Amino acid sequence: MPRLLATLARVLAVVVSLAGGAAAWAADDAIGADGARHLLARTGFGATPAEVKAFAGLSRTDAVDRILGATRGKATLPPPAWVDEPYLPFYKVQQLPAEERQAAQRLQVERGFELREWWFREMLATPSPLTERMTVFWHGHFATSQQKVRSGQLMYRQNVLLRSQATGNFATLLRAVARDPAMLVYLDNAGSRRQAPNENFAREVMELFTLGEGHYGERDVKEAARAFTGWSIDRDSGEFRYRPFFHDGGTKTVLGRTGRFGGDDVLDILLGRPETAELLTRKLWREFVSPDPDAHEVARLAAVFRRSGYEVKPLLRALLSSDAFWSPHNRGTLVKSPVDLVVGTLRTFGMSPPAMRPAVIAAALLGQNLMSPPNVKGWPGGNAWINAATLLERKQFVDRVFRGTEATAPAEPAMGGEGPMAPQARLRRAMSRGLATYAIDWDRWAEGLGGEGADAALIQQVVLAVPPVRKPPADLEKLALVRALAADPAYQLR
Amino acid sequence: MRRRDFLRLLTAAPFAACAVPALAAALPARLLILVELKGGNDGLNTLVPHADPHYAGLRPRLAIARDTLLPVSDSEGLHPALARLMPAWEAGELAIVRGLGYPEPNLSHFRSIEIWDTASSSHDYLADGWLARALARRPSPAHFAADGVVVGAADLGPLSGGAARTIALTDPEQFLRSARLASSEAVPVANAALAHVLRVEADIRRSADRLRPGRGLSTAFPGGPFGTAVKTAAQLAAHPENALAIRITLNGFDTHANQLGTHAGLLRQLGEGLACLRAGLQEAGRWNDTLVATYAEFGRRPRENQSGGTDHGTASVHFVMGGGVNGGLHGEPPRLDRLDANGNPAFSVDFRSYYATLLRGAWGLDSAGILGAAFPALGFVKGPGAISKQV
Repeated sequence: MPRLLATLARVLAVVVSLAGGAAAWAADDAIGADGARHLLARTGFGATPAEVKAFAGLSRTDAVDRILGATRGKATLPPPAWVDEPYLPFYKVQQLPAEERQAAQRLQVERGFELREWWFREMLATPSPLTERMTVFWHGHFATSQQKVRSGQLMYRQNVLLRSQATGNFATLLRAVARDPAMLVYLDNAGSRRQAPNENFAREVMELFTLGEGHYGERDVKEAARAFTGWSIDRDSGEFRYRPFFHDGGTKTVLGRTGRFGGDDVLDILLGRPETAELLTRKLWREFVSPDPDAHEVARLAAVFRRSGYEVKPLLRALLSSDAFWSPHNRGTLVKSPVDLVVGTLRTFGMSPPAMRPAVIAAALLGQNLMSPPNVKGWPGGNAWINAATLLERKQFVDRVFRGTEATAPAEPAMGGEGPMAPQARLRRAMSRGLATYAIDWDRWAEGLGGEGADAALIQQVVLAVPPVRKPPADLEKLALVRALAADPAYQLR
Repeated sequence: MRRRDFLRLLTAAPFAACAVPALAAALPARLLILVELKGGNDGLNTLVPHADPHYAGLRPRLAIARDTLLPVSDSEGLHPALARLMPAWEAGELAIVRGLGYPEPNLSHFRSIEIWDTASSSHDYLADGWLARALARRPSPAHFAADGVVVGAADLGPLSGGAARTIALTDPEQFLRSARLASSEAVPVANAALAHVLRVEADIRRSADRLRPGRGLSTAFPGGPFGTAVKTAAQLAAHPENALAIRITLNGFDTHANQLGTHAGLLRQLGEGLACLRAGLQEAGRWNDTLVATYAEFGRRPRENQSGGTDHGTASVHFVMGGGVNGGLHGEPPRLDRLDANGNPAFSVDFRSYYATLLRGAWGLDSAGILGAAFPALGFVKGPGAISKQV
């Protein structure tokens, strides 16, 4: 009974707080609507008024617990049916007659789209946006591109793997990624043999996945490459296959330790170094807390991470419970990634468009084409997301999405001449036409805010992480106000 | 404070408005127009080494008949589809640079264009484009619309990242319309991410305010995306205060199959486009202070494949043209008798030497600090004495 009363008190507090904008809180330890919005936007993609309402009355601990308690290891939506079709290796595609080969390549492109559309839908539909944010995080960390892997099936299988350990265990994930067929193809380990070890994976596993630059030498790379020889794939099934005949069974010295190491031994050595936990803690800090990791805090949290055997959830709990996470100084200090901007906008405004492709293309044109990171380092992120080209694209995206409810987009200017359109222009046209069909159901959205009475302060609180740079005119209301706030530079931040 | 900010401040300060920094005044200010041949152009069928006995053997189906070639030396000729480049060649305004590449070549489009765009070595990953780095060091004067303009592509390539002011547009009028979504009010903020967004937004506004979109040129330009990009580049170039660098792109060079007709069509577009660019720049009075240079991620494999196409290669040939160019052949023809394990030729000129020459020729820049090391310049740009226009 007391518990029920406490809950009631919190609900009441939320009602009061929402009605009064960012004003008064009844419960001392409640995070409030501002805190709820912050936590939801940092751990997921945007936040609906209903979610903000549901979290505002919780304490920090309860709110973080609820987010971490909802994580999953599997997607909720079924993937495209073709993921179960047999893997078609590229060498077989190359042997096809020209026409069939082109058809196979077109199919590959189409399937790449379908996979991204499925993932975007999952981000919108999932009860645990944190699971998908972490899956995207690991995709950027263990960057692998469809452009080289050339198989929707292998990219899908890797995506399933990343999600299965999204908030699980980093050591488990690292060992599995090192055997992941898409990764073996992407970093050339599939063809690495003792006569000619390929150093690509060995180098990146140290530089990017674990230690970071400056914490290993060229000799370590060469020796580790020998340890990974023979880690390959079955070229017909696309499954991991260890080929003992290609493995170099000799003695290797890696980071000062010597033995007849295999790949797992090298991974254990890397996991045994303090730099690995520090690199990941810093990266997660920049994902969740602020662009400038606090060295002292990173050292403390990294030690916790390492001691736990690389359990991700305790680290996330520590990050999300830290004073730095909740500090008002760190609100709105992270640049939204294209996926944040696109998926976050759809989620925040409750849009579930019939076609997801325009959203996928929009994110790609903004610089984040999932399953096609620019290189093995993944997306640089942070301020690098925003340049003169992408900022205008972002503004046009927002403009189109919010204009869609009132008028259809005007026809794109002709490309000039009768020649074929550049691929970029074709994508842009498809996106532009598609986004014109995206729409907010204003009445429904406003209902989540508390109906017609939704006041300007409340709308601003939901739309922006920090106050707008340009205060919208006082007479703007409803959708016009939302549009003005979304056009503000502050909308680019989370 | 970064140097460019300092320069900006100097030029923006009310009492210093007429005091152009002395350093900038001493440097040549040519316009650099880069033309990307996206997908990797087949250099071997662009400049054909017909006298090399290996050529015909490597290209049983794809060899270009010798009597159709446009001769540029005793042993080499240009693909017949490049006929419209010949007036520039005959005027001594077209340099053909052979054997451009780099050590330990990467055969992935994405990685190799990144290497070219950032001027990195095969193993380094650099964040900023080489032109962005150069223009951060030697920014355009504050009254210019931008440092660089990317025409007809979303990726900024060599102009990406860094502190350079770069805008991307397909149609200048469309850019001006969408730039209305950006605001120029400078509001000081403590939040570094917000400050970055505001700075970029102010740059867009400033570019839009200063951009002179079109000067009608009577030169006729071809249709299609590349022709349109060439036309836009020429119109932007017609106003010297628009930018110091422009990048345009010709797509479609990844000719893995049935290459003959496709490649001829691409080279026709290239030759026609470059010829019209030359005419437009001449009409606008900018030909003598503009350098036009092509680049691509790689060339293609000398031995044709089973599909009548060519696979990813390494070193290749590129063109530089302009009124200040030392026309002729530079670099070395590929050694078709010494191919590597993948069947690709070794490079004879590091692409960073090509860039070093462009940086010195266009802006008088010592490129060692920009390219990470000193790369010897080539002789394809006439000395500073020949530069007619200075800022």
